[in-house]
This record gives sequence, structure tokens and C-alpha cells, in this order.
Amino acid sequence: MAYNHKAELSKPERFVGGHRLCAGCGAGIVCRAMTRALDEGDKAVICNATSCLEVSSFLYPYTAWEDSYIHSAFENTSAVCGGVEAAYNVLKRRGKIDDTFKFLAIGGDGGTYDIGFQSLSGAMERGHDMAYFCYDNEAYMNTGIQRSSATPRFSNATTSPTGKVSDGKQQNKKDLTAIMAAHNIPYVAQTTFIGNFKDFHEKAHRAIYTPGPTFVNVMAPCPRGWQYAAEFLPEICKMAVETCIWPLYEVVEGKWILNYEPKKKLPVTEFMKLQGRFKHCFRPGNEWTLEAAQTYVDAQWEKLLNRCV
Amino acid sequence: MSIPDRLSGNEAVAHAMRQINPGVFAAFPITPSTEIPQYFAQFVADGLVDTEYVPVESEHSSMSTCMGAQAAGVRAITATSSAGLAFMYEVLYVVASARLPVTLACVNRTLTGPININNDHSDSMGARDAGWIQIYAENNQEAYDNYLQAMRIAETPDVRLPIMICQDGFITSHAVENILLEEDAAVKAFVGEYKPENFLLKHENPLAVGPYDTCPYCMEHKVQLAEAMKHARRAVLDVAADFEKTFGRKYGFFEEYRMEDAEVALVLIGSTAGTAKACVETLRAQGIKAGLIKLRVFRPFPAQELAAALSHVKVVAVMDKSEGYSACGGPLYAETLSACYDLPVRPTMINVVYGLAGRDCAVEDIERVYRHLLRILETGETGEKYIHMGQRSNEQEVL
Repeated sequence: MAYNHKAELSKPERFVGGHRLCAGCGAGIVCRAMTRALDEGDKAVICNATSCLEVSSFLYPYTAWEDSYIHSAFENTSAVCGGVEAAYNVLKRRGKIDDTFKFLAIGGDGGTYDIGFQSLSGAMERGHDMAYFCYDNEAYMNTGIQRSSATPRFSNATTSPTGKVSDGKQQNKKDLTAIMAAHNIPYVAQTTFIGNFKDFHEKAHRAIYTPGPTFVNVMAPCPRGWQYAAEFLPEICKMAVETCIWPLYEVVEGKWILNYEPKKKLPVTEFMKLQGRFKHCFRPGNEWTLEAAQTYVDAQWEKLLNRCV
Repeated sequence: MSIPDRLSGNEAVAHAMRQINPGVFAAFPITPSTEIPQYFAQFVADGLVDTEYVPVESEHSSMSTCMGAQAAGVRAITATSSAGLAFMYEVLYVVASARLPVTLACVNRTLTGPININNDHSDSMGARDAGWIQIYAENNQEAYDNYLQAMRIAETPDVRLPIMICQDGFITSHAVENILLEEDAAVKAFVGEYKPENFLLKHENPLAVGPYDTCPYCMEHKVQLAEAMKHARRAVLDVAADFEKTFGRKYGFFEEYRMEDAEVALVLIGSTAGTAKACVETLRAQGIKAGLIKLRVFRPFPAQELAAALSHVKVVAVMDKSEGYSACGGPLYAETLSACYDLPVRPTMINVVYGLAGRDCAVEDIERVYRHLLRILETGETGEKYIHMGQRSNEQEVL
């Protein structure tokens, strides 16, 4: 059925207001859109890694989640989710449960790219029927904007700060979406908040309803870490896509599909200039950082184009 | 009717697991507990259980998978040893705080540093403050029997705590001994169905597990866990009483062996009890009033009962099969000493740390300890209170 934005938004919210996330935070948007992709009538268990999202959405005795929810620790949400799914399978087999449950795991880039990577890789390899959503805000925001392997080069983070002899983070971002595709799982996608959420919604729905393990990487900006005013969130996401820093694509049963190709690929500065974390790159004498960032994105984009059919 | 058989400790525990047919088994191999998931995987492969067997990529994930599964509404079990238990350490606390009665078969092996695969109790002793019930076995029969009692204790409504069923690596886990097994139907009837009050997959209502717990609430939750561990005292005894009624074998917090008139006694945990019992018999034949307490339940710690059992003894050696590096004795010594503090007349008490990393402990070693206690009794001079037994080149050696 074709995506109907109005109809989707009129569905009952499954991630509700009252949580403590910042204004202009991408995580809450991911949660609303992710749970909106569940078919009405289907139940879900949300497994959440320790993160801003966890400490903001389930503070005892309040929860923003309408579905069952479990948080255990920072690095293990995929394993927890695998356990929930295993329990569901056995209860189904024993005829003790009638409901249809879907299993959604969600973590930030810290809980996904880094400390939670082993658990994620293991759960994907074992083939649990679960959809993992990474809300990638490109640093450890919950502990105060420390660099992660998802932090892009030149970003100013508190453990890769700019200084007299430093231009911010020294290394390029880990290409986790491609790494997840290399697990040969049935569905991998990369998306962000674009337009009327058609791209996000369709990917989330496909991830949730494809049997087996699936992975969706969502660029989810953080106003504190990226240093932007809340209202710039949509513009930043748009520029991430238009500059090809964060291309929209999916890998369906091993087939790479580019979902959007900008008519005119914009320079990376259009993305970077919107954010305080790259401010130093625009100072006189630092032009080389912008060139290096552009060169890297161009190379990554070419690689992606070659992979896509 | 009990069925006589010959099994190793690992086989015995795996047999109990098959009879119970839990919802989810998640495990990662580590010596010497590896056989347990191997046996169980074969049960799954042969269709003898309908458990979901999850062969995770690490022990951290096995405990995490157990957490998810138990919270989702089924019995979740695992098995591990040594570094595997240490790798679970973070999640052990989380599982206890979420009040999920996960069952862990711990085959005790020394903690790495340096790496060594043999038995001592440093792995589970390191987890003694994690909020888990801990029950230890002397032999394969006790490992089996303890496992059959585990879930009933852990799932008791005012307990709801995870439980660790411990046995000594290799000594118990790999040695084949005579054993009495119980019939499948009898075991199923004894253990019963798992009926959690709330769980993630409950039809009637969703459930949220594992909150960020702020200062106004978090201490209450920790105190509730502490209270639950107090309740576990009664649950351990209740389940043991029903077990005795059903299967005829008697269990309690600890076993008192020739303690009725003992002047010198040992307190220890696990397989060394068998060695010590042989020694007690030898000494008793010589007219020496030697006794032994084999502690079965370390968490909850039966402080009052243990103190009462030691109240008439003159000299006691607490035998620790782990080092706490406290510079003043091992964990069992610290707890036993503390338990006896309120006695009107306290026994003289020393600590003997022994058997670390599989160092053998024979009947003659135990006899040296009793002889040492008798010397203290005769001379009234306690000497060094914190002794490491059986050091190969220590001229200051006491034992």
C-alpha cells in the first residue's frame, strides 16, 4: 500500500510525550517513526541499550513507551533482544501465546558501532527475528559528547577536541551499514528524517516485517553535540543526504539499491557549516580540512554507486 | 523410584536441565563447564527438549540473553566457569536488580590471572555480592539435587532472585560417580511450571523492565533486593524440606559432620568435604573430637545457624578455596568470623586458604590442619591466623 503520511500520523502514538529528550533531538523522532511502522494490532517488545534515549524515556516510575520495553546495559541490547525473541518462539511452540509480537532493538552509535558491536554482530549472525535501529548521532552524547567510531573526521568532540595542535577527530567514520550488509542478513538500510518520512517509514516497516535479522542505520542529529538550534534539524538531515555524506540506500537480500541520488551533489560544506562541531574547519588556514572531508565523501559515494544496481 | 546411574557432575546437571525442559538455554563454552551446553545441545538435536538453545558469542551475551528470555516470561538458564562468570559480572547485577530468577550452573574454576583451568572458588566468590543465591555441592548427587531445587527457591514470590548452582570444576564436574537420578515425571512435578506475575509477552498488559532509577527510588529497590535475600533463607529450607519428603535426601544451609561434641572443626565448601570426612573418621578412631561443617548455602549466608553450630567448638579452621586479597583472610573466613562475633563464648578461629588453582588437597593435608588446631588447643597459642596451605618453598610455612 502506498505511503500515506496523514494516515500514518493519525495512528495512535506508541512513543508518547513526557520523555526528557532535548528539543531538536533525533532519538525521539526515530522512536516515534519506528513504532509507527508497526502494523496496528501487532504487539512489540522494545529492547534499548543504555543511552540518552533510555535515561530519558524510562525514568522510574514513568515510561514513554506504550509497548513492552526492556533495558539491561550499554553493550548487550542485541543479546537481550535475542533472548526475548527466543522466549517468544518457545512460547509459540508450546501454544502458550496467541499474540503477534515484533522485536525491535534500538541503541545509539555508542551502543551499536562500539561497545555493543559484538552483541549486535552475534545476534545478526544467529538469525534472530529482530529489527535493530541505530540512532546515529555520531558521538557518545549521554556521557557528554565523547568521540565514537561513528564520529566523522574533524568533528570537535570532548575526547577528540580541537586545540592548538588538533583539528578535532583524527579518524574517519566507521562504515557500519556496509559492515552490517557484510553479515549477509536479509535487510539492511540507511535513512534519516527526510521530507514526509516516506523513506524512513518504508525502511522501518520492511525491516520489522522481513523475517530474520535486519538493521536500519538512522542519522539522528543531536543539538548539543552537533551544536545547532533545534529548528535546523530537518535542514541538517536534508544536507546530509544532498551532499552524499549520508546516502539513502538499502541492501535487500544482498542487492544494493540506492534510494535517492541528488540531482546536483552539494559540497560537504553545506552540511558542515550548519553545525558548531565543524566551526574550526572554516577558519582561515584550515581549508585543507574541508578539502579532505570532501575527498573522503566523494570516494565513499563512488564506492556506493559501484555497489548499487 | 530413584534410578541408580553413574554420571559426572556435568552430566548430572545437564540431565536435570533436560528433565526441567527450560524455555531458553543460552551459553558460551568455557572449561570446565563446556560439557553442560554440549550435552544440552545434543538433547535439543535429538528432540528430547523443546528449549530454544541460543549459542551466543560470549558469556556477556549468554547472561544478557537469559535476562531477555526470563523477562519475556520463560525459564532461562546458562552454564559457565571462571572468566566466563567474570565476563557476565555486570549483567549478574542487572538480572538480580530486575528480580529475574535466572538459573546459572557454575562449574567453579579459578579466575584467570595467570590463566589456569583448575578448580577453586574465586569465580563465584567474586560474584558473591551480586544479589544471586549461591548453593554449592560436595559431589555429583548434590549438584543434581541442588539443581532440581534451584528454580523453586529462585521463583518463590517473595524471593524472585537469580540462583547459582555451583560445583567444583573437574573434581566434581568430570569425575564419574554413582548417583541416584529421579524419574522425569517426578522431577517435572517437583519443579512445576514457571508462572511469572508479569512478563514482556503478557497478553493483558505490556511491561517495562530496567528503568533509569533516580535517587528517590533506587535505594528502595536495592533494599527490596536485600529483603528478598532474607526471604530466600526460608525458601531454601522450605524447598529442601519438600525435596526430602519427595525424594528422601536431606538438605539444609550446611551439613554438620560429627559436630555433636567436636572440639576442633573445619568449615569449608564443596568437594573437599569428602576428603575431610575421611580424615574426621580417622581422627575420631584415635579418640580425637574432630568435626566438620560443609557449607551448602553461601548466599543467603546462614550466619546465626552457623554460629550456633560452632558455639561449642574450641578451635575452628575456616578453609577458603579462594583468595580475597584482603590481607586478612578469604571471604568464607570473613563471613564466619563475623557470624560468630555475637556468641557469648567464641571459638578460636583461623583461616586456611588452600587448593587455589587446583592445588591438590589430600586427606593428609586436612589432617595437618586438624593437628594444627589441636596444637592451638593444647598450647593456647593461636599464632598466625591467615595461612596459605601447601606452598612449595615457603620456609615460614605453618601448614
